[in-house]
Formats: sequence, C-alpha cells, structure tokens
Amino acid sequence: MKIRSTQAILECLLEQGVDTVFGYPGGTILNLYDELYRYRDRIRHILTSHEQGASHAADGYARATGKVGVCFATSGPGATNLTTGIATAHLDSSPVVFITCNVSENLLGKDAFQEVDITGIAMPITKATFLVRDPEEIVPVMRQAFVVASSGRPGPVLIDFLKNVTAPSQTVEYAPVPAILQGDRLPEIRALRRRLSAPQPDEGEITRLLEMIRQSERPFLLCGGGVVRGRASAEFLAFAEKLDAPVAITVMGGGGIAGDHRLSTGMIGMHGSHASNTACAECDLLIAVGCRFSDRIATDAATFAQQAKIAQIDIDQSEIDKNILTDLHIVGDAKAVLFALNARMGQMQHTEWKERILSLRPPEEAAQSGGTLAPAQIMDVINRIAPENTIFSTDVGQHQMWAIQSVHFRYPGQLLTSGGFGTMGFGLGAAIGAQAGFPDRRVLHLTGDGCFRMNCNELATVEHYRFPIVTVVFNNGCLGMVRQWQTLIYGKRFSETTLDRGPDFVKLAEAYGLRGYRAATAAEFEAAFRSALDCGSGAVIDAALNMDEMVRPMVAGGSPVTDFLLD
Amino acid sequence: MKKQFDALRKRYTLCILVQDIPGVLSQVARLFSRKGYNIESIVSGATDRPHITRISIEIVADEMMIEQIAAQCRKLLPVLAVKVLDSEGSIHREIALIKVRTEDRDGREEIIQIANIFRAKIIDICKDSLTIAVFGTPVKNDALIDTLSDFSILEIAKSGTLAMERGPGTIYQELRDEE
Ligand SMILES: Cc1ncc(C[n+]2csc(CCOP(=O)(O)OP(=O)(O)O)c2C)c(N)n1
Ligand SMILES: [Mg+2]
Repeated sequence: MKIRSTQAILECLLEQGVDTVFGYPGGTILNLYDELYRYRDRIRHILTSHEQGASHAADGYARATGKVGVCFATSGPGATNLTTGIATAHLDSSPVVFITCNVSENLLGKDAFQEVDITGIAMPITKATFLVRDPEEIVPVMRQAFVVASSGRPGPVLIDFLKNVTAPSQTVEYAPVPAILQGDRLPEIRALRRRLSAPQPDEGEITRLLEMIRQSERPFLLCGGGVVRGRASAEFLAFAEKLDAPVAITVMGGGGIAGDHRLSTGMIGMHGSHASNTACAECDLLIAVGCRFSDRIATDAATFAQQAKIAQIDIDQSEIDKNILTDLHIVGDAKAVLFALNARMGQMQHTEWKERILSLRPPEEAAQSGGTLAPAQIMDVINRIAPENTIFSTDVGQHQMWAIQSVHFRYPGQLLTSGGFGTMGFGLGAAIGAQAGFPDRRVLHLTGDGCFRMNCNELATVEHYRFPIVTVVFNNGCLGMVRQWQTLIYGKRFSETTLDRGPDFVKLAEAYGLRGYRAATAAEFEAAFRSALDCGSGAVIDAALNMDEMVRPMVAGGSPVTDFLLD
Repeated sequence: MKKQFDALRKRYTLCILVQDIPGVLSQVARLFSRKGYNIESIVSGATDRPHITRISIEIVADEMMIEQIAAQCRKLLPVLAVKVLDSEGSIHREIALIKVRTEDRDGREEIIQIANIFRAKIIDICKDSLTIAVFGTPVKNDALIDTLSDFSILEIAKSGTLAMERGPGTIYQELRDEE
C-alpha cells in the first residue's frame, strides 16, 4: 500500500499505540502538522508554550505511564529548545521519541534558515539519533526508534526528517503491523529488541548472590531508578521482605518501595536520612538494584559502604564497576533478576541489625502547628489531604528534597523528578505530561520560586487543556538550595541567590485564567490546598517560607555519607 | 572479590566493528573526547564483511578507563563488536610516508641505504627529495624516522596503527548474536 510519507510517520505512531503527542510546529515540520490535522481524531496533540515544556511533558508522560513519550518540534531553535529536555530524559533513562524536521536536502549544510545539526547536537544525550533523508527509511526508522527507546535501559531517541522527505508528493510503501509493541511481529524488529534487551540473569551469579546473602549479618538494600523504570516494585518488595533488611531509596528510586514500609529508611546520600547513611556505613552487604552510585549517593566513593561487599544489579553493563567497584554484579532487568532471586531465596532474619538501623529513623511526629509556614507543615497538609495515588512532579532544589523526604511514594511513576540532570523548570511540563496520561488522577506540581519562574509559561497549557494541576510554590524568596550551600560552605556570601522580585504568583495564575492562592500559615495553606483541589481548574498556591530554611540532614559532596554537615 | 584494575597507563588499541553509516565515527570518537582523552591514532576501513567497517583507536589509558570506554562503546546502536587489545596479545602495524630533502648524490645514497636496512621502499624520487614508505610496527617506523632526522625531513604522514589479536581468535567472536 502506498501512502504519503507523513501519513507513514503517523501510522507508525498509531502502531505503537501512541494517542498523545506533545509539540510545537514551525516551518520545516509543517507537512507533518498538516497530516496531523487529518489524524486529529486519533492522535491528540498538546501544544505547549515552549518546546522545552513539550519535551518535559513527553518525558513526564513516559515516566508516569511507563509508555514511550512522543514530542515534535521544528528545526533550528525548535530543535535546540528540546535539548535540555532530551538530556533530562537521558540522565533519568526515560523513553521518549523526539521527532524534528530539518531543512530540505538541497539546503542541508548551507546554513539555511533555521538549519541546525540537531542529530549531531543530540548524539551525546540520546540512545540513538536518526537523520532520515530517504522516504523509504521512514517506516523502518520509526519502528526501530521505539524499540531502541524502550528496550534494555530505556532512554530518548531523536529522529530528524528532512523537509523534502515529508513533502505531500512523497509516497512510501507501508504494510500495517498492528500492536508491534506487544507482538514484535517483524523479524528485524524482534532481532533488534533482542539485541538491545538485557540478558537473562545468570543462574551462577544468582547462586553466588544468594550465598553472599546467607553469609551476611548486616545486609542493606538500595532501591534505584531501575526498580521504577523496570516496574519491578512487586518483586522488589518480596525480595526486601525475604531479605529482612533495611531498604533505602535513591531520588530516582522513589516509588520503588512504599515510603512507609516497615523496612524503609528513606533516602540515601547527600540528603539521605541518618538511618540510610548509617546503614550504608555499617552494613556488611550492600545490594543495589538499578542504581549507578552517582556522586549524590556515593558522596565519597573511597569510603562508600567500606565494610561491605557490594552487589550491583543493573540492566546496563556499562554501569558495572563505573562509580563503585563491586564484589558481584548481575546484569539484567530488575524484575527478572529479583524474580529469579525470590524463587530461590528463603526467609532471612536480621532482627538485631534491622532494629539498630530502624531505630535511627526519626519518630513520625505531627508537624508543629502555628507560627510562620514551615516546609514540614506544607508537606504535612499535602500528605494528609492529597489522594493516595496522587502523582507528584517536582522541580529542583530544597523543595524537591523536602518532597522526596516526606511523601511516602507508593508506586513506580508516582514521583516525577529530575534526579540525574537536576533540571530546574522540569516540573510543570512533567505534570502536564502525567495529567495527559492520567486524566483522572490528581497531579501535584511542587516547585520553588526560582524554578517556577523558569517555565511558568506552561500555565497557559494547563489552562487551555483544563488540566486541574495544582502547583505549590515553596516561595522562600531565594534559590534556596544554592543559598544553603552559601550559608554552610561559602561564609554566607549570598551571591546572586536572592529573588527579591516579581511576579506576584497569585496574579500570574489569574492572568493565565487559573486560581491563585496565598498562604503564610499552616492554616491558610490547608484552606488554600483544599480549595485548590476542589476548584475544578488548575491552581497555583504561593506558600511563603522563611529564606533560611534548610534541607536536613546534609552531607557535603566529597565527604563520607556519615559526615553530616548538618544534622 | 572486587575486580582489580591495572592502574598503570598503557597503550591500548580498541578495535570496533560498526555499521558503515554516517556519523558513526564521530559517535565513537566522542566517547574519548568526553573523558578528555587524546586519541593517539584512529584508522577506519573496510573489512571482509559487507557494510561493516573496522575502526581501530590507539590510546594511552589505564585499564579501568579503557574498559569503561569499551562498555560505553558497546552501547552505541551502530557498534557491532568491541575488542580491547593490549600490546602483548596483539600485532600492530602502521605505514609511514617520509619525505626527505636530498642535498647531493652522497646524501641520497646514504638515505637509500638506511631505507634498505629498514626494508622501507623509495616511492618517489627527484633531484631535491626522496619519499620513503615504511611498513612496520610503530616502534620500527619511529626508529627509521629517528635515524633520518640527521637529514632534513620535509614531511611525515602516518596511517595510524592497525591491530589484530595474535593466534586464530577474531573480533567476530565478539559480534552480538543476531537473528
Ligand atoms: C537549569 C538550572 N539552572 C541552575 C541550577 C542550579 N540550581 C540548583 S537548585 C537551584 C535553586 C532553585 O531555587 P528554587 O526553585 O527557588 O528552589 P528552592 O531551592 O528555593 O526550593 C539552582 C539555581 C539548576 N539545577 N538547573
Ligand atoms: Mg526558592
């Protein structure tokens, strides 16, 4: 069957079950948007205010739903506006297919209007890039792109179509292949997926790890982003309970195990809890699942888990022995490896060790009432009132750490946060993506005054699509996380971190046609939050905080995880 | 037991089989530049298999670093196989072209004699210059260049080092199994 090349692109999206794309049109991608107009009853396009917003939305959609996100942009500035979003997805292993169009073949390489070598730019921040110069490549490349994005360790892929390839006169041969993701019916696609997928866990390594577990008196388990991306929380839970050991999460691991589980010790690393970081220092066996031991976790690689044998379970061979040397590693999908371990593992018991570590957890006390609004009070209100399955997206800074420390995430995809790249301005786009994927779920966007200023233009998207996203601005009037470092390490020289400026976030919300609230006490915040949840539209709550609030505890980069700079 | 990496910086050759598609060379080279490593030499050329190119990259690095770069290289979509060769287990050859100024007949004779000792070939000759082609290990080629430095060397071009494992083993054993 011969169809238009642009039709082939969209048919390939439908093959993959794509019904939502995020993007922004422009000159070179006009042909594709023209086709999209014909497909508008089958593919919903969400037009953001900025390509960066679209990139984070596609990423947030992917993180929340577990499906591949899709994002369109035009050439030149449209394409370069995606780059922060692509890198954000790359560092957090989020599967997104980015589609851009470039100038026509006859103009390529001539510095034509809005020409940029986006496949070259995106090379270091994607799993693969494709430059499509021949219409006959469209269908195979589209199919490959989805396999690459979703197989093995997931991640972003970029396809750049030359404009002439998308011309209405171009037709390509297309044979429909339904449900390709489920069936992988085409042999070449099946082969590619097999090549890119993790190997089956090695039984010998499983046996060795089980032996190490038997010999261990003080095991400690680490839940990384691989548990979340691999949707392996059920297997992880079973393993943790059999191991009967304290369990910490990384930032990316939030939602991999319920935060209020009896074995849970909270975050590890720079802002890790006393319980997690002490367990790390004192354990004799550390089992890390889907974690690359980044410098925010292993703040000092030389002393990290010094007394322990280290076992690393990871889907990506190149993560093994990269940041931390391991005593044993199992390369494989978290779900498959944990399943294999669980099948052969008996119930362990580490009562004494477990008690010692778990006793270091701070008592769950109610936030103090009254006084000026404190971060703990905001989190307390949110934890009490937000529906249990609420999806949380955060930006980057103190508010991000407060959120991850105090919300008990319960399932993979419930926490959307830029852990690896630390992208300020990620949160609102990500919330939009999550809301598009889960229209019936509550989505909260927790942000800082600095981050919100960066990409608050997406409130227009929130309003236009009637997304009932509630943004909570932790407004401390400063770049709090940077200020915290300045306070503790730079002699309180607050160089360019004070945000004594507009806009008025309440008026801003109203200008976008949304509800705005201001809160300066816990009672005001609770009233505002309740009203925002019920208001039927998107809302922004400007929550006033003291400038000098700090994230506790804190370990400085380069120090052992138990050398707390701040308790 | 934690893996013990040799911390000594040594000369390694990374042999990489790739699909011959645009951009693949820069994709591979980028893995070195992002770590701040200088590539000593890089050679890219055809193999006995259709559409498969072999890239040989010579680099001075410690074992952990070379293993990490190799692991990251294996993840690139167009990369089909990667093999790390150190100088003991493999053979290395390069070609060098050396253009030397010849002042008079005696000088010319002397240069030709030196070239013969090194089994190099004279591939161009005229009144004022001689061009020598030498094929050998980088060590041998450098020795010839060193000897010729008594004369006036006008220009040198080297091919970069090709490497292959000793014995019957091949890089194809590293090929990812395909359907
Ligand atoms: C795009 C970007 N620029 C700069 C930074 C560095 N940075 C990290 S946290 C932070 C402060 C964020 O301020 P705010 O949004 O007010 O959050 P707070 O820490 O006050 O909660 C900055 C500037 C970053 N992570 N991302
Ligand atoms: Mg702030």
